[in-house]
Formats: sequence, C-alpha cells, structure tokens
Amino acid sequence: MDIEQRRRERLDRGIKIRSDGLYALMSWRELSYLTLPRLVLIVGILIAPLVMPSMYWQRVISIVCIYALLSLSFDLLAHFVGLVSLGGAFFIGVGGYTTAILNTQLGLPPLLSIPLATVIGAIICTLFLLPCLPLRGVYFAIITLMYPLLLIRVIEALDILGGTDGIVGIASFDNRWVEQYFIILMVLLFLFGIRRLVNLDIGLVFRAVKDNDQAVRASGMSITYYKTIAVFIASAMGCLGGAYLAHLYMWAGLSSFALDFSILPIAATVIGGAGTLVGPVLGAFILVPISELLRAFGTLRITFYALILLGFIVFRSEGIMVYGQRKYHQFEKWVKV
Amino acid sequence: MNDQPILQVQDVTKTFGGIMALNRVSFDLHEGEILGIIGPNGSGKTTLVNCITGFINLTRGKVFFRGKNITGKAAHKIADMGVTRTFQIMRPYYSLPAYKNLVIPLFSPRAKRTGGWRGGGKLGDRNTVSIDILEEMGFERESFVPYKMASTLPTGYLKRLELARCLSLRPEIILCDEVFSGLSMSEIASMVPLIERLQMEGITLIMIEHRLRELFRVANRVMVLNFGEKLIEGTPVEVMADEKVKEAYFGSEKVEEVTGYA
Repeated sequence: MDIEQRRRERLDRGIKIRSDGLYALMSWRELSYLTLPRLVLIVGILIAPLVMPSMYWQRVISIVCIYALLSLSFDLLAHFVGLVSLGGAFFIGVGGYTTAILNTQLGLPPLLSIPLATVIGAIICTLFLLPCLPLRGVYFAIITLMYPLLLIRVIEALDILGGTDGIVGIASFDNRWVEQYFIILMVLLFLFGIRRLVNLDIGLVFRAVKDNDQAVRASGMSITYYKTIAVFIASAMGCLGGAYLAHLYMWAGLSSFALDFSILPIAATVIGGAGTLVGPVLGAFILVPISELLRAFGTLRITFYALILLGFIVFRSEGIMVYGQRKYHQFEKWVKV
Repeated sequence: MNDQPILQVQDVTKTFGGIMALNRVSFDLHEGEILGIIGPNGSGKTTLVNCITGFINLTRGKVFFRGKNITGKAAHKIADMGVTRTFQIMRPYYSLPAYKNLVIPLFSPRAKRTGGWRGGGKLGDRNTVSIDILEEMGFERESFVPYKMASTLPTGYLKRLELARCLSLRPEIILCDEVFSGLSMSEIASMVPLIERLQMEGITLIMIEHRLRELFRVANRVMVLNFGEKLIEGTPVEVMADEKVKEAYFGSEKVEEVTGYA
C-alpha cells in the first residue's frame, strides 16, 4: 500500500484531568491552568476602556457590552432552552422605554432606574411572549421578530411615548467611569452567573427541555414554567442593555427597536461558538469593533462585513471558543490507521 | 385486591379526523396488578397510553385515578400524581450522561415531595440518588456505564433508563409502552425480573407488549385491542383460547363474517 492512511487523534491533556474538581488546589500549575483563561478574559475586559485611544472608542466598548448581553441572552435561549429568539430588538426597546418613563416621569436616578427597568421590562417581555411558550419550533422566533415591528407601528400611529421623536431628556450618568464600568461589570456578572446557572440542576432541566420536552412532561414538570423562567432571565439581560443604552444616548426612540439588535447577536454567537456562553461575548467583542473599523470604507462597509462573516462560517463554523477550548484542553497527533 | 380500582378508564374514545383510534374502551386497574395490553399494530395501544397520561386529549370518555377525575389534565400534572409512563421510542436526554438524565425527574415537584432527603428530595444529593436508582435498574455501579452519554448507550440501557425515569418519581402506576421491543433475548431475560420486582414493591403496571411469552409470565390480566376496540379481557390463558383474538392476530379465513366487509 502506497497511500498511508492517517487520522488525527485527540487526547485530553493530563493537566486537564488532574485539575478537575478540588484537586486543582494541589499545585500552582494546575490552579493557573484553570484560572488563567478566566483571568485573561476578566482583566482583558476590565482594562479595555483604559487602553482605548479616544472617548469614541470607549463609547464603542459600551455598545459592545450591550451586544454581549444580547448575545448571551440569545445563546442561553437557543442552546440551553431550545428557543430561537430574535427578540434582541424587543428587549432593548422595552428596556429603553421603561427606563425612559421611570427616569423622566418619576425622576429616578440612572443607577436606580436601570435595575428597575431591567426587572419591569423583563416581566413585560415575558408576559408578551407567554402565549407562544407552550409551542415548539419556529413560533417563538416569529413572535419575537414581530413584536418590535408591532410596537414601532403602535407608537407611531397612536403618537404615544413621544411618538416618532422618542422620549428625550433622559438623565445620563454623573460620572463617565461609572457609566463605563457599570455595563462591563454587568456583562461579567451575567456571564459567570449564567455559566453557573446552566450547570445547576435547574440548568439541567433547561437543557432537558431543549433535548426532549416530552420526557420533561413525563417527569412531572411543566415545560412552560421552565421556559418562562428562562425567558425572564434572557429578557432581563436584554432589557438591562436597553435601559443602559437609553441612558447612554439620553434618548429612547423607535430606533431602539432596530433589527440590528436581533441579528448581530446571532452572528456573534456563530463566530464565538454556540453553546459556550463565553463565545458569544467574545463574538460581540470582535464583530462590533470590526463594524466600527469598517466605517472607513463607507458604503462598502457591509460588503466587507459580510465577507468576514462568511469566512468565519466557512472556515471556523464551530466558533472561536470551541476551537480555542479544544486546543487548550487537548493535544493532537497523527496516528496510522 | 382493593374494592376501588386504582385506575378506571371509562368509554375512552379518540378520533383523529375520521379515524376512530379508540372506540369506547373501558377497563379497571386494581392496585398491585400487572395488566397487559396486546393487539396488532395500529390497534390503538399507544394512543390509549397517551390518552391516560394526558399527552393527547381524548374525544370522549373519562379516566379516574383513585376516584379522582384526571380526564383532560395536563401531562405533567398527571405524572405529578404518580401516573408515569415510558415511551415506546425512547426519549432520553441525549446530550447528558445517563445519571444526569435522572437528576431532572429527581428535581421535579413530586420527587422533592415524596423522596425525602434520601430520595433526592429537597436536600438530597440528586447525583448519588440517581446512581442508586440506575443500579437498581441494572446499570453496573462500578462501571462507567452510568457516566456515559445517553447518546452512546445501547437500546437495552435506554429502555432501562426510561423505567428509571419513572421510578425516580416514586410512581404508583407505570405505563410501560413496549419495554421489551427491540431487545435481544438475553436482554429481555434480564428485564423480566426487574418488572417482577417493581410489582413486588407495590407499583401497579400496565404493559403494552408484542412479546407475548414474556408478557404472559408477568401479567395478571390481559386486554386485547383491535381497531381501537376492546376485544376481550381476562387471564392470559383465557385470552389465548379466544377465537376473536386468534382472528385479530393471525387473520381469519372468513373475513366477511368478522368485519362485515368483503
């Protein structure tokens, strides 16, 4: 036989096996193996605004964080509960308008109105989405896509909530650094919180709902109840982003319901790695700045953007994070068949 | 046997469009017995299980569990009362290891209520309890089988996993939808004692089967369905001696006389 057949074999690194569980505390090497990637991420995000050259780019970091929250919410719903959500725009809009009302009508300061808008907005979103939760399949995607369009027309036609002008005069943060680090801390909080959540028993139930909802019903649990909880958490993340955005721009208007908020998180999830939770956040940190950099190309911006996306999907369809985790945890060698 | 049946099915009828899947099926189930349901393919056995456990709504008729009307209740509420079922086409959570599959039913309200801390209830360690239940169902504790992904398990283990899911709810009734189908002879031979043990533990079972030899070994009574109608109910010996059953299973030479059609 002339042709030598080989295949790639992947093995877990010994240190990965040793550093599972409590044993990681046994040596610095193993401890750092576990903590280093997390530290790089946390420190990286925390110092990102400091190394940015201008106010403009610091503002971009804030926008990135909003998209990171949306991507996280998409990833949670799509890959852990099995609901494909196009609700980014809906969540952002509801959160933005809620905080606008709380701030302008009741005069609450941003640090109070944002958490309130997060909870109230999430309740509103969950109630709106409740009718399609018992269904399976694409219904959830359709409904989440429809609501922002519907709300835009309602606000336009009835001329409520400021009509086409939107609600102006929303207070901004007192301090620039509070404004910057508030959203960064929120992203980190939700990222690690959700990662913890999906590994708890209730997170297992979420994954079970995605895997096989009939078996969950046969286990004596209401799938609608668990979907409602998940949708509440996911929409809370979106509403937090929306409320923050309203205070950042000091304005909440119809463009809060822009479809960008629904579509870009999906692209970020694909690039970052579906179902990893960290991946979508990284994806947002890659995609949004790229989109800003490409502004130099003027109208060709979308073309380049599409090409970059295409490249990622064709050559690294598994996502950066999945690829990175594999390289970090395993080594590969070629073996003869 | 108690006076009051644990499960009463009265005149259950289910139509899919113009097709009569179940036509006025009635039976009583007494506590602690095993009722076998047999019948040719398409005779409505699985539909009956779906109707009783609330997975589909029945068209007419009533189902009583311990005298309480459970007709039209949601599937998870019926399971919460202790009427559990297995699926003919196994429905494990493929992306989870076998023992994590059981953590999910152990997290359910019923398991928390009935289990106590040793049963994986509120304060229990669900991982440990699920391994215990799996061992009871024939997953070797010391092996790596309970830790394997459900997607890599063979059919025999998946069928056991289905039973284990029911068991982790501490059920009163288990409706087994063809637990023997697709298994090898030796796998069936090891399943039969499990079924017998469930009965000894006081669980009432309804078993839908095509494997008549094994079914007749464990069943106390057998009911035969054909074209959605109940043909006969009785002990295995009575049922096998019946002419109508033979016709349903093996076909009759005098088709006109049975069905009225040529």
